[in-house]
Amino acid sequence: MPRITVDVDGITCTDEVQPRTLLVQYLRDQLGKVGTVVGCDTSNCGACTVHMDGHSVKSCSVLAVQADGHEVTTVEALSQDGRLHPMQQAFHDNHALQCGFCTPGMIMQALDLLAENPEPDDEQIREGLEGNLCRCTGYQNIVRAVREASQRMRAGAGPAMEHSGETPAPRTSTEQTAQQRVAGGQS
Amino acid sequence: MIPAEFEYVAPSTVEEAVQALDRAGDDAKVLAGGQSLLPVLRMRMADPGLVVDLGGIPEARGVREDGDTLVIGAMTSHHEVMRSELVRGHAELVALATRTVADPQVRHRGTFGGSLAHADPAGDLPAPVLAMDAEMVVAGPSGRRTVPAAEFFVDYFTTALDSNEVLVEVRIPKYTGWRAHYEKFNRVAQAWSVVGVAATVLVRDGAVARARVGLTNMGATPVRAHGVERALVGSPPTEEAFRRAAVHATEGTQAGSDASAEADYREHLAEVLTGRALATACG
Ligand code: FES
Ligand code: FES
Repeated sequence: MPRITVDVDGITCTDEVQPRTLLVQYLRDQLGKVGTVVGCDTSNCGACTVHMDGHSVKSCSVLAVQADGHEVTTVEALSQDGRLHPMQQAFHDNHALQCGFCTPGMIMQALDLLAENPEPDDEQIREGLEGNLCRCTGYQNIVRAVREASQRMRAGAGPAMEHSGETPAPRTSTEQTAQQRVAGGQS
Repeated sequence: MIPAEFEYVAPSTVEEAVQALDRAGDDAKVLAGGQSLLPVLRMRMADPGLVVDLGGIPEARGVREDGDTLVIGAMTSHHEVMRSELVRGHAELVALATRTVADPQVRHRGTFGGSLAHADPAGDLPAPVLAMDAEMVVAGPSGRRTVPAAEFFVDYFTTALDSNEVLVEVRIPKYTGWRAHYEKFNRVAQAWSVVGVAATVLVRDGAVARARVGLTNMGATPVRAHGVERALVGSPPTEEAFRRAAVHATEGTQAGSDASAEADYREHLAEVLTGRALATACG
């Protein structure tokens, strides 16, 4: 099996994967990073959005082997010391989620949007989120939350906000997987 | 769902990729950006024994100039194409059409050449490439050949590429100073075109000197709207002239019917959108 080395949320992971393993499966099943979810089979929903080398991608539409040598950031890297990231806080404050299934992807895509355009108007927010579907909220509060987050974040928007401050340390994923699986509550 | 098992290779040169494909016969699929291939594999609509990933081939990526020609590497992402100063300056139509492809996440991974080689009739890039008389540089076991865009798109999801060939780059004559617009009609949250019109126009001394128009999803392959181009050249760029030219939009088309639209509705759209594309390009 191919061996890959991927920097995931600031930690260097080296693992063997099948070629057919999707990046999202690798994150969830091998690394226990279940914050990223799968919502469809057709690349439409965006629930699985993570950042690869600072750009948003649908992790269901990337093979794990394609992430070899790259840097992946998931929603799990956002909060620091129990404090929500400003984007997460804005979603919370604006009731921008109901069931919450679309939220990890919405938040990661919203951060990509602000990295590219720190002061988007509502139209640009809607366009920036066009690859993310929400079946609950009707989007109004999501747009409101992203607008508010953009105001709160102004100076620090973008990839700099992504890292939780951990120093990347080489380590194989198996060491941490068991513990995270328990923490995540599912595998 | 997850894909069925396959072997995977990621060659670092075009020649290695061609060798791998040649050895595999019909049992291989080329992975460019993967934004169409991976959903297809996940839904098990394809089940290749080998996947050849072009992602590690530096030669196939990037935009450059070669005299009067703009060269776009097949593995250049949509995101890179739409932001490239060279593309915006010399092939604005390509930049504008690329901005409408799918969504930001897909544009980060999806590639220019991958979209063209996939040849989805609803894809947005074949029509501009056809309208602009681009040439496709194709590598195979016996070397490289150049295929004009007009011969590249053969049928639904079918191009002139053989199973042991890869698209390396696309050469587009420079359209510096031409105005352009890509007018697209699609359903919300599914960015595939029901119909799209790619138009680029050179206006000189108050009249249309030259025009290029291509249609998306008005048949199995993109269609060049020669009738519209002929009707437009020599006219002043007015609403009246655009309307008169747009009447010719459906000439030579063979629109199909599907869940998104009936053929006659597509024909109606082609005419309306052609008028809008010309007006916006010149506006
Ligand atoms: S799971 Fe729906 S786009 Fe990835
Ligand atoms: S909150 Fe339920 S899908 Fe968006």
